[in-house]
This record gives sequence, structure tokens and C-alpha cells, in this order.
Amino acid sequence: MTTAARPEAMPATPGTGDLLLEVSDLHVEFRTRRGVVNAVNGISYTLHERETLAILGESGSGKSVSAQAVMGIIDTPPGYVTQGEIRYRGEDLLTMAESERRAVRGQQIAMIFQDALTALNPVYSVGWQIAEMYRVHRGSSRKVGYAKAAELMDRVRIPSAKERVKDYPHQFSGGMRQRVMIAMALALDPDIIIADEPTTALDVTVQAQIMDLLSTLQEETGMGLILITHDLGVVADVADKVCVMYAGKVVERGPVRDIYHNTAHPYSEGLMASIPRLDQKGGQLHPIKGAPPSLANIPPGCPFHPRCPYAREVCTTDHPPLYDVAPRRQSACHFWEEVLAGGN
Amino acid sequence: MARYLARRLLQIIPVFFGATFLIYAAVYSIPGDPIRALAGDRPLPASTIEALRDEFNLDDPLPVQYAKYIAGLFRGDFGQSFRGREVSEILRQRFPVTIRLGLLAFAIEVVIGLLAGLLAGLRRGSFLDNLVLVSTTFVISIPIFVLGFVAQLVLGVRFGLLPVAGLREGWVSYVLPAMVLGSVSLAYAARLTRTSLVENLRADYVRTATAKGMPRRRVVGRHALRNSLIPVVTFLGVDLGALMGGAIITEGIFNIPGIGREVFVAVRGQEGTIVVGIVTALVMIFIFSTLLVDILYAFLDPRIRYE
Ligand SMILES: Nc1ncnc2c1ncn2[C@@H]1O[C@H](COP(=O)(O)OP(=O)(O)O)[C@@H](O)[C@H]1O
Ligand code: SF4
Ligand SMILES: [Mg+2]
Repeated sequence: MTTAARPEAMPATPGTGDLLLEVSDLHVEFRTRRGVVNAVNGISYTLHERETLAILGESGSGKSVSAQAVMGIIDTPPGYVTQGEIRYRGEDLLTMAESERRAVRGQQIAMIFQDALTALNPVYSVGWQIAEMYRVHRGSSRKVGYAKAAELMDRVRIPSAKERVKDYPHQFSGGMRQRVMIAMALALDPDIIIADEPTTALDVTVQAQIMDLLSTLQEETGMGLILITHDLGVVADVADKVCVMYAGKVVERGPVRDIYHNTAHPYSEGLMASIPRLDQKGGQLHPIKGAPPSLANIPPGCPFHPRCPYAREVCTTDHPPLYDVAPRRQSACHFWEEVLAGGN
Repeated sequence: MARYLARRLLQIIPVFFGATFLIYAAVYSIPGDPIRALAGDRPLPASTIEALRDEFNLDDPLPVQYAKYIAGLFRGDFGQSFRGREVSEILRQRFPVTIRLGLLAFAIEVVIGLLAGLLAGLRRGSFLDNLVLVSTTFVISIPIFVLGFVAQLVLGVRFGLLPVAGLREGWVSYVLPAMVLGSVSLAYAARLTRTSLVENLRADYVRTATAKGMPRRRVVGRHALRNSLIPVVTFLGVDLGALMGGAIITEGIFNIPGIGREVFVAVRGQEGTIVVGIVTALVMIFIFSTLLVDILYAFLDPRIRYE
């Protein structure tokens, strides 16, 4: 039953709403002085209302770049989207005029960045930065902007929000700063929020609080949520489905429960073995051997073969397509059946 | 903000006394006898020497001399030269000339330097950017007096665009010397502005502003610009004082009757009070300009204000 991969992306998670975002065959490259870096090499996914998609992978696998492509904030030059479509409610963002695209940014699709300390402007108060959304996009007055900022800060549970509107980013703790980022993203009630490693810079207890907040807000608003992470443990409770990325490609995708319990790709299997898990108390952690390939020089055949414990001869020459493993589940491994049968 | 200001004002006290004392001590330790230098080859009667030494407190130990001098300063009395001229009168005559020269040089530096730096930074790698990089390197690497003479020859003598030297033609006379005086600072300011802007345009918060859907003009003008100016303002503040000091050389090249020539003559004649008076005035200008900058700095960067 090793049917060739279909280009269309995963079907919706049951219980979700309209299709919001459809990324297909997206390619992004950086043309640097030392050659072309193929950061994203044909990824596809869909996102629906009330759905949470986790994009998982080691650092350098192209997660942030793919998110930046959706936002349209890739540094050009050196970065270029060379192929693919990004459809938001059916309309391709890549062929839109820049002014139309800008209207989508922040209003329909908003983004939260990893390090809120550097992602917020140090010289303006947090209230000013939130109010800017209303002032620029809605033409609100300064006073209305600040009032709405205070409301939002209260909504993301920043204590004594009203008194803190005029405080500066450096006066907040890491967790509170990330709440400010979330408030800013939430300002214009977007359809989609993309959170790029929103908790990586935070303490473990704070991580859980932020994840909780995001998932509560999603329930309230019905938005679609994309959570980028290198640690599935952090998002397992809130995500519906997962895309595992390696060397700029999706290597496995499916419902989060299925992948969490039994992987169908050696790379995801390696990732699972390298994170602390509640169902394997006291078990040892096994990091994946070796380092991810340079995206300027991706190995031929299956890009994972130099690090793969299952690798055979064929893996060094034949690139594995996305095989259907189950309905709503795919793996880009020639030997996915063996991996699936091996448990984990 | 109030606490920051108070602390900043208190810091002026040690700076003022430290700097003036050092100057005083340096002038005091110049070898040779100023009274004898005053008289030249003619021998002075012992009683005259005695009277002069007494009048100028020359026989007191250094700290006492310094204390008497400072006490005079606070009464607005800069003392007298050995030849009987009031130092405050010399300052009143000469300083406005130097200040005019310094301020014009500063204005040229700020306007052209910042503009060139911003345009270069916004269009990185363009022809303009390369022009700014090359021309500033050129200006920085050439000694100021060479630059001065070349400017005099080309703009003044060859094309007759600007007065070559002296102050006979009013404010236009200041233009050429101010351009030369401000040139090196202008080059540094342009480069610093460019680097700072380029760095900030790459910063995470700029990407956030773009992701918020802000128009490019706002991303650059409201977000990147203000952060980029923080190091530039610091540089300009220190440089304003330095320009006044640098004016001494420029005044020599262009034969301008400011404090530069006065200091030069005074050092040779061992006129300690004049030297100390002029340098003290320079120190006060420097203290004032850095204070101004620190206030502006705190206004630009809240992280300073709330330290
Ligand atoms: N501005 C850029 N210039 C050149 N290469 C870049 C740039 N941004 C990202 N890349 C390259 O793209 C690759 C993927 O980066 P990224 O998407 O940030 O990875 P991840 O988010 O998964 O850690 C990296 O190898 C990086 O070198
Ligand atoms: S295709 Fe081969 S190298 Fe790639 S993951 Fe599967 S077994 Fe490993
Ligand atoms: Mg990343």
C-alpha cells in the first residue's frame, strides 16, 4: 500500500471549521555569497478554523522561514519564494499586490516571535506598541488605542494591566513580555496566529502557562493556530495535528496523538526518543546522532540517510515521496511500515 | 527621570573640579619663571618682582593657588594676565568667534552627516552608499591641515567661491573653516549613522513591525530610526566639545582671531591665567554639551531613564 504521495495537504481535523490556510509545495531559497541555501523545499499543509497545527523539527530545518513566507516578511534579498502557493481563504497571497498583502498581515494573520525582548521595540511602551495596531489599521485616536491596549493586556492576564500600559518592554518579566506579544497579535482579531517557538526562551512553568493561554484564546476566538516548536512535549496537549520538518521538507504528518504514540518515520522516532516523556518515567533520553545537514548542501536521496538507523542502499539514491500511512497520515520514508511496526 | 537628572547633575561637580585642577596643575608645572619671561632681557628690580609674585599668588603652594583661583571664578573673576589684561575680557572678545565657528561646523556635521548616513543605510550597496563609504574614508585618513590647505586652494583661490582666510567678509568667512573643522566629525557621524541604521533595520523588532502590517515608511521612520539615533546622539554630544578644542588648529590655518590664537600666544608667553581661563571655559562648554546630550539620550532611550 505504498501509494505515491498526493500533492494535496492533510484533511481537516474533525470538529474544525472552514479552511483558512492552504500552503502547497512551498519553496524558499536564500541566495548568499557562499551559494544557494534551500531553506524550504516543497512543504504543504492546511489549517482550519479552531485547528492547531504544530510544526516540529530541529533548529535549522526551515520552520521559521516557512512561517515568514506565509507572513510575507522574508528578507529579500537574499531570500526568495521560488515556487508554491499560499492560499488564505482561497486567495493566493504570493500573487497579491504588496498593499493587499499588507492588509492581511497583522489583521488576518498575526505572528508571535520567540524572544519577546528583542521582538518588541525597546524605546516604546508596550501600550504604544499594541495601540499602534488600532491607530494604523483602524485610524483610532491615541486615547482609544491605549484603552484597547489595556483591555487586551487584561485579556492575556497581565496583572494590573491599566497601570502597566505605559511601561516599557524591559520592565516586564519574560513570561509577561510574551503575553504582551500575544496581546498585540490578538489586537485585530485575526483568523490565524502563527507562534514561532513562543515558549522556547521561557522557564518550564511559564511555558505551560503561555500554552494554556494560547489554547484558551483559541477556544474563545475560533482562530487557527500554528505552533512552531522543536519540542513536541510542549505542544502535545494543545495541538491537533503535526508536521515534522527535516531539511526544509515535511517528513511525517498526521494527528498529534498518532505520531506521539507511534511514529512512522525514523526522524520523528528519533525526536520522540530525545524528549522527556511522562509515559516513559526514568527512561533515558537518546538524542539523534549527528547534525542536521547544511541547507546549502542537502544529501541526495533521503536527506536523513546519513543519520538514519534504518537506512539502506536505496535511501542514498531514491528520494522518498510522502507515502499514505493511514487516512490523514503520511510519512516520507521508504520503510515506514518497518518503523511503524517497531513501536514508538 | 527626575532621579536620573539629579544624579547626572551631581556628577558635574567632581568633573568640574577634577578637570580644572588638572589644568591648573599642568600650567603651574610649566618650567621657567613667568615674571622673567614677561620682562624679556631687561633685568627687573627685585621689589617689582616681589610685588608681582605677591599679586599673582606665585609663592603659595599649588592647592592654595588653585583654591584662590576657583574662589575668584565663582565671583565671575577669571583673573588678570601678567600684562594686566582682564582674562574675562579676552574671553568675551575671542570666544564668540570660536563658538560661531564650532557651532557652524557642528550644524554642517549634523545635517550633512546624518543625511548621508541615513540615505546610505537605507540603500545599502547602492552607488550613493559606496560614495559615502569611499569619501568618508578619504576624509578621515587625511590630516586636517592638509585638508584645510587644499580647501583654501581649491574653493578659495582657484574658484574664488569662498573667502580664503580672516573674518573680513562676515559670516561667509566662517563657511570654509567650518567645513574643514567639521569634515572629519561629519565623516564619522555619517558612518556611524549608516552602520547603526543598517543594524537596526535587521533587528527583530523591525520584523515585528513589518509583521504587524505597518507600512514601510512607518517601520523605518518610527521604529528603526529612533533606535538608530541613540549611538549617534552620544557621539555628537562628545563631539560638540571636541569641535571647540579642534577649532584651535583650524583658526591657525585660516587666520581667525578666536581663542585658538590667544591660547597659542599665551602658552608661549607663559601667561598661565589666560591658558587656564580659556581651557576652563572650554571645559564648561564640554560639560554643558554632554549634559544636554544625556538629557536627549534619556528621552530617546527609556532603558536609561528607568535605570
Ligand atoms: N536571512 C537569511 N539569510 C541566509 N540564510 C538564512 C536566512 N534566514 C534563514 N536562513 C537559513 O535558512 C535555514 C532555515 O532557517 P530557519 O527557518 O530559521 O530554521 P528553524 O526555524 O527551523 O530553526 C537556516 O539554515 C538558515 O541558515
Ligand atoms: S528513507 Fe531510508 S534514510 Fe530516509 S528515513 Fe527512511 S529508512 Fe531512513
Ligand atoms: Mg526558528
